[in-house]
Amino acid sequence: MGLIKKVPAYIEKFPGGGIVTTSLNYVFSQSQASSLWYLLFGTACCAIELMAAGASRYDFDRLGMIFRASPRQADLIIAAGTITKKMAPRLRLLYDQMAQPRYVIAMGGCTVKGGPFYYDSYAVEKGIDHIVPVDVYIPGCPPRPESLYEGCLKLQQKVKGLKIQDWS
Amino acid sequence: MAEYLAVLIFMAVGIGLILFTFFFARLIRPHNPYPAKVQNYECAEKPVGDSWIRFNNRFYIFALMFVVFDVEAIFLFPWAVAFGQLGLFALVEMIIFILILLFGLYYAWKKGVLKWV
Repeated sequence: MGLIKKVPAYIEKFPGGGIVTTSLNYVFSQSQASSLWYLLFGTACCAIELMAAGASRYDFDRLGMIFRASPRQADLIIAAGTITKKMAPRLRLLYDQMAQPRYVIAMGGCTVKGGPFYYDSYAVEKGIDHIVPVDVYIPGCPPRPESLYEGCLKLQQKVKGLKIQDWS
Repeated sequence: MAEYLAVLIFMAVGIGLILFTFFFARLIRPHNPYPAKVQNYECAEKPVGDSWIRFNNRFYIFALMFVVFDVEAIFLFPWAVAFGQLGLFALVEMIIFILILLFGLYYAWKKGVLKWV
């Protein structure tokens, strides 16, 4: 019935109701930003760096990020690797199957703009923003786990600024 | 009978809590289904057939055999942890226990249970 989207918008009209909505927004955005579970979606060599970030040396868990094998449980797709034209509709479907609010990180040159395949490959999608809305772009070929961290912190900043009304 | 009242209350509160959680979550969560989201998840491939498939009932007997050794493993772990304090008596007890189970396995084997027909 989705009261979480209706009630704050209703309360906000009353004088002093802003306190309720801002506190709710704060709680939800903070808890979301500190538990961004990402979908396992490694399609090429960027996935190796993603694995390195997930393993103990770089320890993704300290950002509250755990990989999920199903889009139903994931908040975030880290598109790690080349997205071919054949993979594109699958990426779109996985994105569609995630529950809102959902986010996308484009990791690596291929997902940003086609990468090394930009000039001479007919099979590679030249940037995944043709398929799904992207929140953070991380350039690099492949980006080191540190840059992935930077991107995730940027996404956390974005999520912390979002309101319940912005969930789509 | 009065002692059992506490159990009854515990059960009622336990069930009620679960029902409340389900209902409350349904009440507040956003609900936004559309065909792509509600379709079966098959690693983003097009789902083929029904997800309700029939399992061969020959698996039943294997599952039953598994349960026997599952329970044995559950008993073995605390026994192995506390083995230092228990001494020879526990060792003999455990050997008898395992022998009984092994005899059961031998019987099942002889009966042809482990054969896939």
